[in-house]
Amino acid sequence: MKEKIRIAAGQGFWGDLPDAPVRQVEGGPIDYLMLDYLAEVTMSIMQKQRARDPNAGYARDFVPLMRRILPACVERGIKVTANAGGVNVAGCAAAVRDVARDLGLAGQIKIGIVTGDDILDRVDELLGRGIELRNMDTDEPLSRVRDRIQSANAYLGAAPIVEGLNRGAHVVITGRATDTGLTLAPLIHEFGWAEDDWNRLAAGTIAGHIIECGAQCSGGNCQFNWQDIPDLANVGFPIAEASPDGTFVITKHDGTGGRVNLPSVKEQLVYEMGDPHGYITPDCVADFTTIQLADGGQDRVRVFGIEGRPATEFLKVSISYSAGYKAVGTLVYSWPDAYAKAEAADKILRARLDRLGLQFEQILTEFVGASATHGSLAGKPSPDLAEVQLRVGVRGDDRKAIERFTKEIAPLILTGPPGVTGFAGGRPKVEEIVAYWPALIPKNEITARVEIIDA
Amino acid sequence: MKVQLIRLAHARSGDKGDTANVGLIALQPEFYPIIEREVTAARVKEHFKGICHGDVDRFELPNLGALNFLLHESLGGGGTLSLMTDAQGKTFSTAMLRMQIDISEEEARSLGLT
Repeated sequence: MKEKIRIAAGQGFWGDLPDAPVRQVEGGPIDYLMLDYLAEVTMSIMQKQRARDPNAGYARDFVPLMRRILPACVERGIKVTANAGGVNVAGCAAAVRDVARDLGLAGQIKIGIVTGDDILDRVDELLGRGIELRNMDTDEPLSRVRDRIQSANAYLGAAPIVEGLNRGAHVVITGRATDTGLTLAPLIHEFGWAEDDWNRLAAGTIAGHIIECGAQCSGGNCQFNWQDIPDLANVGFPIAEASPDGTFVITKHDGTGGRVNLPSVKEQLVYEMGDPHGYITPDCVADFTTIQLADGGQDRVRVFGIEGRPATEFLKVSISYSAGYKAVGTLVYSWPDAYAKAEAADKILRARLDRLGLQFEQILTEFVGASATHGSLAGKPSPDLAEVQLRVGVRGDDRKAIERFTKEIAPLILTGPPGVTGFAGGRPKVEEIVAYWPALIPKNEITARVEIIDA
Repeated sequence: MKVQLIRLAHARSGDKGDTANVGLIALQPEFYPIIEREVTAARVKEHFKGICHGDVDRFELPNLGALNFLLHESLGGGGTLSLMTDAQGKTFSTAMLRMQIDISEEEARSLGLT
């Protein structure tokens, strides 16, 4: 058994710094590269892409990335875990296989394919058997939005990824799998942790939580002494250096920018936290109140003491559904009296919308530069503000009403308060809203499948 | 005397549906007992009046010198439904740090805050 396994995070979300994974592979020693591509509503975008083109439906960027890094990964023995497969894991894997063959790596690479998360075709059958898939936040039954569902996927945990690695895969591609599972799986595979070793499983899960948002634990978006964080232009993405006993160190490659210290790791630990006593994943329940941190030297934080509990009998399901339309219009008002002008323009706009008889489910006005982020906590706006952006958003099921709204913004320039600009972008665009419906499903309803293909 | 929370803590916030979470972390270990005592769920609910329309839950993490708050019904529906600039609640962290708390002159002096 290796004494240390280094797992590097390459993407904090789909659309993160494109070169970060390359720098993780080339910038120093690592054993695994972990790539998280799936935000909450990403699957619905991929379903739409696949409906138009049966070969699409996965994170396209992943394939050219693999072209760039596969040779170095093979040379250095680096394995990859990625939830890049979206709703077409097999298609994604086939594209990576073709790239490997192109690169002359045929026979040198096995690709693991994890499926079984997609339950879109089973929704009616599940509802028919009384599995209501109630919304975890609002407790409404799924039947309320049944005819508008665009995707439905259970979050798979580490187990099928471990199986792929155990069967010799160098690259494991999943659909909807938890971000933490992508980090935990290599540790289970390398260290042989038992499936009921809850403390170690919780430790690997928390390692995953710390690095899953990329540089957000290594100096990015870090409030603590942000002015002093060096060279963010060259920010180093995080690496979890784990030991068989479940302790680990968060660090980054030498010679990179950013900073890993106690405050940077603490800020990431509390990010999107619910009840810290019970961080629930398919693999275990991790207790954040047991985490101990210690300074481990320059850009090194030691993490230890973590305790966990048995996993629950449920998996989370992420369902996306079409939820109407929205549009956001903006204009910029300048000194003097920038705020008062923006306020007056909003009144005029709303009077016109009223006269048109337009109905919206929601209309929201914000004054960017005065109160958009902190509301009344920001205090009374100064009359000397250099500029204020008026930002008005509307949402509703009636697409025509939203479209009509978009035609009422530009006219304010010639028919409203003076000192106005900022309309270069043209009319606001009407956007279809794809909303997120979190639910739970009994674990025994979901069977993950693992297939291995040779390049 | 009044001390603004930004002198005692740093913070990060995020979202889960229509709920914003704010993790509040003491800048120094000796500040943790003060924020634990002063920054109650009720105090946070009052601070975010007009912004947070639901309940506020508080959890303690003394191991990290941190408190975690859940501010329900704060994000205009949350996720893609929200029309807010900050639909993900990213700036609730700094909004929290605007809070003014009262501590005695003596305590402030002993902590080097005067």
